[in-house]
Amino acid sequence: MKKLMTGNEAIARGAYEAGCLVAAAYPGTPSTEILENVSTYKEIYSEWSTNEKVALEVAAGASIAGARSMAAMKHVGLNVAADPLFTIAYEGVNGGLVIITADEPGMHSSQNEQDNRLFAPHAKVALMEPSDAQECKDYMKRAFEISEEFDTPVLFKVTTRICHSKDAVELGEREEVGIKEYTKNPQKYIMVPAHAKIKHIEMEKERIPKLTEFSNTTDLNKIEWNDRKIGIITAGASYLHAKEVFGDTVSYLKVGFSWPLPDQKFKEFSEGVEKLYVIEENEPYMEQFIKALGIPCIGKEIFSVCGEISPQIIREAILGEKVDDGYILEIAPPTRPPALCAGCPHRGIFYAMSKHKNKIHVTSDIGCYTLGAMEPLNIGDTIICMGAGISAGIGFDKVNQMAGRNRKVFGVVGDSTFFHSGMTGLVDAVYNKSNMVTVILDNRITAMTGHQENPGTGKSISGVESPQIDLVGLVKAIGVKEENIRVIDPYDMDANKEAVKAAIEATEPFVIVTKQPCALIKDVQKKRANLYCQVNQEVCRKCKTCLKIGCPAISMKDGVVSMDIAMCNGCQVCLQVCPFHAIEAFGEEVK
Amino acid sequence: MTKSMLLVGVGGQGTILVSKILSEGLLEEGYDVKMAEIHGMAQRGGSVTTQIRFGEKVYSPTINKGEADVLVSFEKIEALRYIPMMKKGATLIVNEEEIWPLPVLSGIEEYPLGVMEEIKEKLEKVVSVNARAIAEELGEPRSANIVMLGLMVKALGIENIDWKSKIKKFLPEKVHEVNIKAFEKGISL
Repeated sequence: MKKLMTGNEAIARGAYEAGCLVAAAYPGTPSTEILENVSTYKEIYSEWSTNEKVALEVAAGASIAGARSMAAMKHVGLNVAADPLFTIAYEGVNGGLVIITADEPGMHSSQNEQDNRLFAPHAKVALMEPSDAQECKDYMKRAFEISEEFDTPVLFKVTTRICHSKDAVELGEREEVGIKEYTKNPQKYIMVPAHAKIKHIEMEKERIPKLTEFSNTTDLNKIEWNDRKIGIITAGASYLHAKEVFGDTVSYLKVGFSWPLPDQKFKEFSEGVEKLYVIEENEPYMEQFIKALGIPCIGKEIFSVCGEISPQIIREAILGEKVDDGYILEIAPPTRPPALCAGCPHRGIFYAMSKHKNKIHVTSDIGCYTLGAMEPLNIGDTIICMGAGISAGIGFDKVNQMAGRNRKVFGVVGDSTFFHSGMTGLVDAVYNKSNMVTVILDNRITAMTGHQENPGTGKSISGVESPQIDLVGLVKAIGVKEENIRVIDPYDMDANKEAVKAAIEATEPFVIVTKQPCALIKDVQKKRANLYCQVNQEVCRKCKTCLKIGCPAISMKDGVVSMDIAMCNGCQVCLQVCPFHAIEAFGEEVK
Repeated sequence: MTKSMLLVGVGGQGTILVSKILSEGLLEEGYDVKMAEIHGMAQRGGSVTTQIRFGEKVYSPTINKGEADVLVSFEKIEALRYIPMMKKGATLIVNEEEIWPLPVLSGIEEYPLGVMEEIKEKLEKVVSVNARAIAEELGEPRSANIVMLGLMVKALGIENIDWKSKIKKFLPEKVHEVNIKAFEKGISL
């Protein structure tokens, strides 16, 4: 049976068919749907882990205990999980272990476009790169086999185009491989220096040569001989783009198993073609290896390291074909950046903070609140990575003090991000007596990636009830004093103002926790369906204060301020900021 | 011959659902189909695009500039934004709905005037409707995307596929009837 599937669905299906028993992940675009789909297979234990490091460690433990296991994450997640990666590489596996990294050339929804293939030679783990959804499924099954055969974790690299593209996938049956016996083996699973020294030598002398031989002989690295004037070495989505341009008119070496790279096959292929191109997204990972073998080839001389590859880019670079100008229009469209939704609970506290723009600095973080950094709220001086909203604030604050800048630092994180890697920052802030402010925007969900459960929501990935971690209790336990904690409803502007004012005046670690669920949660939408605000045109003086909160439900058309009542959820932040009481609230909550 | 169709709109308009229905129908008809979506932050009001390519054998899911045979825009200025993706002589199907982006709402940028006039002057093949108004008449504003589906099916000349069963497969039962009507309306325009 054939079914249209995204790469992410196919990866999940491949894990299922391969008899995978344990799967862990932290959500992150473009990888999120992998675990969402895995969790629909009841045979597999699935979990949203607190972060990617935890996810990989859960999977590694499960592998050692004897089960086929996987961890999935977006590219930057592997940075978080790098610590276990580099050592589980030494230890190897018992049940097969596959680590999926979903890279984002083109950065549709990411803060960088690092090429995670480079982790493979660094950590010395096998690397596989499928090109489409069918291969995602097939390669997953092969990945578990390779992992067990060569006693190595397998890094499985996909990209946005593969994760979110659909094609027809031939489905197979699940093969129950069961749980392997676990035997205590300190030399293999306890990485103290004495054992690690032996393991490292073993890897270099035995595992890597075996994997290199495999790379040179496996059908995952496949030569397609056609006309030999042009030869193309390529991998991942770039293979599809190249095939789109050249069809069967040139020869290909498609690399599906890409660490260790197939040196002999590269030589064989290069000797068989007149001109050799290497087409790969981001870093010249294969190209540098090929050039180091003394093989002349053309790669990043004509392809950019930045962004995605497309058929058009290949056509222009190799064939010199320019695209005809299409239609040229006189009118340019206005931009359409993503924005905080109508009724977003982050808006009120951000507006209150924006009133003190000259007195504060804001170290922000990765999540919906990133959008607060845009106009008109403009809340944010820095965004680095998950957790840095708090930790970078500690350093920023120290330097503000050294420089005599009379500015308070506000670190902003969401609930899921706080559990992910914000907690450690807050411990640091308390321990090292920072006087920064931490704002935890608790909207009861991992919102930006499309509503995943987290330790604060009281539900597991499969929707089963779970203990709810007490966020405020945690803040207190970390050592923030009771008088320095404000737990507020961010729809209440007086509460927002008071909390921000008290925070600015505080001389010790201060925490504001805003409690209001994401406006897009289905139950919240149902409950607030009949609530809305409306502008009383007779009272409105068109001062535009309400436009400054950046709500997409409020607009000024033809000199009249109006409200999209279908979009409005009646949060009443606009009503409270209006200096002339021109906005009125209507409707009742649905019980 | 591979056909490339680009669907663009604003998060929440149901472009992805329409792409799914269309891709399933084309697959069942025996075409090789590739569909790609970019929806990073679309739910937060950003623009959302899906690309569908179908033919005897399709390799790349990516549609390049100047390559789309059909551009389907669920919003007026999104049409403007993506017209450079169209091949000369390609068909534009556009929903005349206006959804103001935040920079316009907050007065930083302006929503341009005369968009449809400009489009109709420069492009040869334009099908424009107010799908939202049609859907509202049918009693379900959210079925605007299925009105658009009807228009696409007609423009591509693939009316022979059993679209109604596909619509039923992807939508909850209580809205089957209204969406079938929306589809029929779209195909009749």
